[in-house]
Amino acid sequence: MTTATDTIDAHDEHHDHKMTGLKRWLYTTNHKDIGTLYLWFSFIMLLTGGAMAMVIRAELFQPGLQIIEPDFFNQMTTVHGLIMVFGAIMPAFTGLANWMLPMMIGAPDMALPRLNNWSFWILPFAFGILLSSLFMEGGGPNFGWTFYAPLSTTYSNGSTAFFVFAVHIMGISSIMGAINIVVTIMNLRAPGMTYMKMPLFVWTFFITAYLLIAVMPVLAGTVTMVLTDTYFGTDFFNAAGGGDPVMFQHIFWFFGHPEVYIMILPAFGIVSTIIPAFARKKLFGYSSMVYATSSIAFLSFIVWAHHMFTTGMPLAGELFFMYCTMLIAVPTGVKVFNWVATMWKGSMTFETPMLFSLAFVILFTIGGFSGLMLAMTPVDFQYHDTYFVVAHFHYVLVTGSLFSIYAAAYYWLPKWTGHMYSEKLGRFHFWCSLISVNLLFFPMHFLGLAGMPRRIPDYALQFADFNKWVSIGGFAFGLSQLIFLVLVIKCIRGGEKAPAKPWDGAEGLEWEVDSPAPYHTFSTPPEIK
Amino acid sequence: MDKDKVQPTDENLDKQVKKGVTKLVLTVFAMFAFGFALVPLYDVFCDITGLNGKTADTAATYNADGIDTSRTIKVQFISRTAQGAAWQFKPEMNSIEVHPGEMKFVKFYAKNETGLHGVAQAVPSVSPGLAANYFQKIECFCFNQQPLQASEGAWLPLQFYVDPDLPEEFTEITLSYTLYDITASTPSSQESD
Repeated sequence: MTTATDTIDAHDEHHDHKMTGLKRWLYTTNHKDIGTLYLWFSFIMLLTGGAMAMVIRAELFQPGLQIIEPDFFNQMTTVHGLIMVFGAIMPAFTGLANWMLPMMIGAPDMALPRLNNWSFWILPFAFGILLSSLFMEGGGPNFGWTFYAPLSTTYSNGSTAFFVFAVHIMGISSIMGAINIVVTIMNLRAPGMTYMKMPLFVWTFFITAYLLIAVMPVLAGTVTMVLTDTYFGTDFFNAAGGGDPVMFQHIFWFFGHPEVYIMILPAFGIVSTIIPAFARKKLFGYSSMVYATSSIAFLSFIVWAHHMFTTGMPLAGELFFMYCTMLIAVPTGVKVFNWVATMWKGSMTFETPMLFSLAFVILFTIGGFSGLMLAMTPVDFQYHDTYFVVAHFHYVLVTGSLFSIYAAAYYWLPKWTGHMYSEKLGRFHFWCSLISVNLLFFPMHFLGLAGMPRRIPDYALQFADFNKWVSIGGFAFGLSQLIFLVLVIKCIRGGEKAPAKPWDGAEGLEWEVDSPAPYHTFSTPPEIK
Repeated sequence: MDKDKVQPTDENLDKQVKKGVTKLVLTVFAMFAFGFALVPLYDVFCDITGLNGKTADTAATYNADGIDTSRTIKVQFISRTAQGAAWQFKPEMNSIEVHPGEMKFVKFYAKNETGLHGVAQAVPSVSPGLAANYFQKIECFCFNQQPLQASEGAWLPLQFYVDPDLPEEFTEITLSYTLYDITASTPSSQESD
């Protein structure tokens, strides 16, 4: 990191004498430091959750039980899901928000720097608790990341309390991060930057933060109910005591569906920043992008029961949720067409950030289409709980969210480190990832259509060939991510000096400061014309 | 520039930030409460619409204007014991034909086969769910907990009628009971053990 301090920052003077070593990172209230912490943490979690995926794919390499017990397999699928959702994707977005938002709106820092420090530093404890439960007697949570009752209540093992408290801490961290993002955007924009002049990246994080504030407390409520049902004899989800296990699914997915958009809206913002930069054209349809993002956020609250078509809903309910779900394809389509129109007749170049963004547009659209298939109630009865669903959400979360995070990392690495990354290594990472990720997830569509259920450690013989290819793709994809680790370390340690604006088509305030970005930026707000 | 935004002074800014944070924290608490409010809301919603096949958990009174002999409804009975409940539980017949408005009396047999004193609770569910509001129980063993001594068996009563307002499209109704062993969570039984 940099040591440059240009002007005295009126908001947190204590940074003028900077601490060194571990203390610097423990006590830091600087948005760039905290952003860095978030990004490294999420990458470590990506590798941890990825290692669990490797265990899962190794077991599924051939039919029969070879390596692990079914109970441990279930723990792996559960913790893999929890780590990737709450540990890898969400903190990575918060990290990007921390690094980039203040610079993009011309603010000296986030509005609540101390809260920012706290919201990061409770995260390692949350995941420490969650991961430690894997090594306890009886093992970790084994009921799937969706923790459906009664699996997580009546039939859970002893680790449920650890799971619940870990989720509580993750939730508190996300809520604090979201509050910080909202108040920063509302209060610290440079003079002249009206809402409709904000970069789209800022807009998507603004809307995502609102979603988080609305639904993370509901998740906290759900896990609390699971906790009291399991340990304190309440009957929220216990039919014998007058509760209803189906109600669990309603409450969970009332959180769960907006959560899906929490993990994809920031990706839209990233791609909407990168594509114009490398197409060297202005983003097509800026205001329609803002309205599309808002409508997706609104619709996310009224589609939750499409996860539950097979619970025996009446026809009217199924129709309502089916049509509302399909309606989401309209604003999403607006976005995809806007990206394509942005590229139309642009002078495109294909550096690594652009490659990842292009892959995002194409592969996310595939994930969107399989989602549209799942939205159809009668069809969903066949696809429900099969590998088709696994293929669908990995296309939107891995080739969607994760690819967008990679695109963002490559795009801003020169700004963060002051060095250009190795374009050769970056392309190598991209092509390895692209080929292996499709080998990994595309055959899952066929497995699902042929009827292979998800969350099983063993399967019927006819699925053997596809599973072998999927596993090979999985191992290759896992290894490919180490290329990125090497690239980032090399980029931090040296390389070609990056200019303030390494991408000639890039726009935004963050390119007006030096590379690497000085420790304090925009202590006096810039003037927006 | 469509709007001149005056850069606020530090004090002003602090105030604005505080106001924003307060509002958002209140929203967080409100949404946490809303999560719990969903529990009663869900019950009320299902009560009104009968969406989840839940029947009333208190006795109904007979309230129909005569018997509609032009229609016959087949009522099927399904009984099952929940996982871990070592009880025998079955209806005296698999199905019965009723006219809407006609009162029927059916018995279910339950036997405690655990070898210990136990308490069971039957939970009803009606399918199709939308017919649940028209299935009226005058008397049902599911309204109460059923304590039985070890190896004791009992015939449990159910008295019901189908509301004549039942929409035409329903010709069959399935009433399913799941019997749960709730001995562990019943304080009175623990004393007697």
